[in-house]
Amino acid sequence: MKRVPIRFKLNGVERELEVQPADTLLEMLRDGLGIKSPKTGCDHGDCGTCTVFLDGRTARSCLVLAAEVDGCEIVTLEGIARNPSPLMRELARHNSFQCGFCAPGVVLSATELLRSNPHPTRLEIQHAIAGNLCRCTGYTPILEGIEAAIEAAAAERSLP
Amino acid sequence: MPITCEFEYHKPKSLPQAIEILSGAGKNAAVLAGGTDLLVWMKEGLRAPTAVVDVKGIAELHRLEVSDGSLLVGACVTFTELLESPVVREQLPLLWECAHTVASIGVRNRATLAGNICSAVPCLDSAPALLAHEASVLVEGPLARRQIPVTRWFLGPKQTAIRPGEMVSGVRIPLPHRRTGACYVKLGRYRGEDLAQVGVGVLALEGCEYRIAFCAVAPAPARAARIERLLHGSDLSDSLIRQAQDLVPLEIQPISDIRASREYRTHMARIMLERGLRAAVARLSGGGPALGESVL
Repeated sequence: MKRVPIRFKLNGVERELEVQPADTLLEMLRDGLGIKSPKTGCDHGDCGTCTVFLDGRTARSCLVLAAEVDGCEIVTLEGIARNPSPLMRELARHNSFQCGFCAPGVVLSATELLRSNPHPTRLEIQHAIAGNLCRCTGYTPILEGIEAAIEAAAAERSLP
Repeated sequence: MPITCEFEYHKPKSLPQAIEILSGAGKNAAVLAGGTDLLVWMKEGLRAPTAVVDVKGIAELHRLEVSDGSLLVGACVTFTELLESPVVREQLPLLWECAHTVASIGVRNRATLAGNICSAVPCLDSAPALLAHEASVLVEGPLARRQIPVTRWFLGPKQTAIRPGEMVSGVRIPLPHRRTGACYVKLGRYRGEDLAQVGVGVLALEGCEYRIAFCAVAPAPARAARIERLLHGSDLSDSLIRQAQDLVPLEIQPISDIRASREYRTHMARIMLERGLRAAVARLSGGGPALGESVL
């Protein structure tokens, strides 16, 4: 099949390559470019382990064709983990993840929430991460970590 | 699970270009907007198109605007964009509430309203709102442009009134002239992301008019005309609600499947109708729950 030339930005770096029409964004990132934070879980859009930022919003990279991201900006956990945010620090401090498989997706979904809503209620946090399945922790340490990050950010802002 | 079918990827810049490609490829062409259903079906081998037409490059399909008293929702407008629209939030709260229950945020950021109605699975969350608001589907084809009432759009599971070579360009939703109160009640197997086992949308209009639509309990989502006629012109009372509930088995044809039995669906549809009606009427007078999901 005719390959598709694409140009896009990945974690701040311009990339140019040719992809097969049937390649998914997830396959391109993991197998083609060595970006391993998005995971192959259900591969059907249910579990959220393949989450990436696509033009600033979370997307299921397993349900996006690589060809579709021509002209787009992709950010993965690798792109934001160089400077750990209060969210990442608090999730680590609260032992929010056991195996870590869901962690990249949870971090990106919670980051997206806090960008638009710095003081979410617990229900809003639950809605925000409802599409990220965790099979280890029962979610409680994840919710506690996110709530601690909200408090930490508020405390930082109130410093003189 | 990789996509194993072989296809050519097209990204037209205009509707006529898209229609030309779709007409040329016939039944083997697939329109790609959000892709959240199409890619799943391609992975599972349920669809094997030879041409995939990505319509996101067509600027006019991204419009979300009020025109002639209706909200025009272009085919590429996502559920997230609907949820962030003040018009939807204030004037079409039933649509807002339906959109809020669709899958998860990561899916809603890509999934489109037009895609939802083109997939036409019986449990689609957006249908009760579109049926209650008497929306129309805007269809472009090689010969003509058609406007199809949503009531005649859904023909059965994954079956719609679209013809080969045509594509949906958007949805037109008339904005209500009267004050409304609305509630969408969705039953999942657990709280959180799930497909509906039963969905009930209630739109109460000032002047004791009630519009009720069910999804996930029949081959296609539909309005409940008998219940609407019974309630028409009356204030809700306990006995009237009881009579309405007794009509529920006549309005729905649920099946038993992996998510729920026919009996459970029928039982819950009765309960959800009552709670949806009470919440919609309470909202009409300024009260009611913050979210429809809280009534279950």
